[in-house]
Amino acid sequence: MTSATLSSCSNTAPRILTAGDGTLLVEFANRIDADTNARVLALAQALRAQQRKMRGLLGVVPAYRSLSIRFDPLTISPAGVRDVIARCLDTPAIAIDTPPRRWDVPVCYGGAYGEDLHALAERHQLEPAEVIARHRAPVYRVFMVGFLPGFAYLGGLDPVLHTPRRAMPRAHTPAGSVNIGGQQTAIASVPGPSGWHLIGRTPWRSFDLRHAQPFLFEAGDEIVFTPISEDEFARIDALHADPGYRPQPRTGGHS
Amino acid sequence: MSARLLVVTPGMLTTVQDLGRPGYEHMGVPPSGAMDPGALRLANALVGNPGDLAALEFTVTGGRLRVLDAACTLAFAGSAALHVSAAGGLPARALAPWQSHRVPAGALLTIGPLERGMRGYLAASGGIVVRPVLGSASTLTRAAMGGIEGRAIKRDDVLAVGRARAPFLRRWVPLRHTAWFYRDTPIGVILGPQQDHFSASEIRRFLNATYRLAPQSDRMGLRLDGPAIAPALGADIITDPIAAGSIQIPGAGQPLIAMNDRQTTGGYPKIATVISADLPRLAQMRPGQPLRFEAMDAAAAVRRLRTDTQWLDTRERELRADPNFPIFPLLHP
Repeated sequence: MTSATLSSCSNTAPRILTAGDGTLLVEFANRIDADTNARVLALAQALRAQQRKMRGLLGVVPAYRSLSIRFDPLTISPAGVRDVIARCLDTPAIAIDTPPRRWDVPVCYGGAYGEDLHALAERHQLEPAEVIARHRAPVYRVFMVGFLPGFAYLGGLDPVLHTPRRAMPRAHTPAGSVNIGGQQTAIASVPGPSGWHLIGRTPWRSFDLRHAQPFLFEAGDEIVFTPISEDEFARIDALHADPGYRPQPRTGGHS
Repeated sequence: MSARLLVVTPGMLTTVQDLGRPGYEHMGVPPSGAMDPGALRLANALVGNPGDLAALEFTVTGGRLRVLDAACTLAFAGSAALHVSAAGGLPARALAPWQSHRVPAGALLTIGPLERGMRGYLAASGGIVVRPVLGSASTLTRAAMGGIEGRAIKRDDVLAVGRARAPFLRRWVPLRHTAWFYRDTPIGVILGPQQDHFSASEIRRFLNATYRLAPQSDRMGLRLDGPAIAPALGADIITDPIAAGSIQIPGAGQPLIAMNDRQTTGGYPKIATVISADLPRLAQMRPGQPLRFEAMDAAAAVRRLRTDTQWLDTRERELRADPNFPIFPLLHP
């Protein structure tokens, strides 16, 4: 089995691990980077296409550097699933004709919306404004959605801003928190406990059950943060009172 | 008119559950659903429902409900004493679990504490009706979705019951079959996916240990008290998908088994994964109950799953067979 077709660089074949009698785990590399994640998402896309055609394949969950495929072992054997994976890896990735969706996500940095901004700036001996400048500069990629409904993990954080998680997690953090944990930054979708540093908050609701399709972001999307004022936060937040309001991507995707 | 159920005593943790919402894990949504799906299916079959209608999942303590507006057909799949108050011209009486009962409007139904097991299911003919979220009625309290406002039921909630799809029939699961839900043998596991993060002696320690279910266990995960397992390569891996039954080993070394409301991804190494056939049995274990693991290969796990699936399918088919329909009339001319 080879995976040379996926990329020209020296990628070795992924490891396929057993996660119980109904799940296989495909692990590409032991690191977090854009190339590895792109291979994960390409395989996830190919496996989903197979899932629509074959009985017994139940679901694909991509993560940073690995994905899981769940199957019904009474319908298809693990060896059968391994064959499907091998076929998907051997097929050159289909050129994606639609560009990834790009979202301009409004964020109110600091103050009550990002209570850890100052401490994080001090820790890195930066001005808060420079933390914001460095955080908003990249075009991030949604590497995975996981942990909780709609929670988007972003890749591409400036290494200067890498920050170990808090020693004491907070019991409550609000939905929409934009935060930093380790080498990651993320947009929290629902309120909950978190050990990450809160640097801002978006008024967008990335998990909104009033909509039939409640998720805003999916793995592969591009994210750019746009700083907004507290007044602008309040204005956009109020727009959400109308159930018909839905943030839209700036570009990409199919409508 | 369909019946409604008024919650008089909600019990320790009672939630609306059906067979869950698989297929959204890539969006961070756990499958949820009945922790013991076989028991839910039989509860539904007892009252003439399709197997996947929503019912109430009770935890240990049971609870009390008043039937409002109309009589309804109810059945409880679980080991508990049931009692119904006098109503509709009928005297107060005890009701057997694992049977269908016609309960008149106005009656107060008491579901006693569970004698065995951790979870029991009350099904009503027509199902408990709530607005489905992502195709399922199942409650996920952590994300406040599904069920009644995304939470456990509480006193004074009124639960809508759907229109019964079949007339009342007396149906029951023979007593000798109900013990199947609580059978006590080691829990089967398949090593991995990260068994290479543990030394051979730590894996032996894990497989030879007797653990006890810790009280902090819930629908998200079961925590085990017992020998700590030390990962050889550190307690963190790059965040990976978590399968049902994944046995994660966090830094402190106490195993944590991912269940229906699990987070979809996580960063602890997983020493082993519970086989599908044994997940419902785990869900029926109580805090403090001892448990041991038994390593097996995937082929053995699938054999067990096939056996259990066939057993359950047979029970379900028996319940759905119309007892008034003469099956073998020609054998006795």
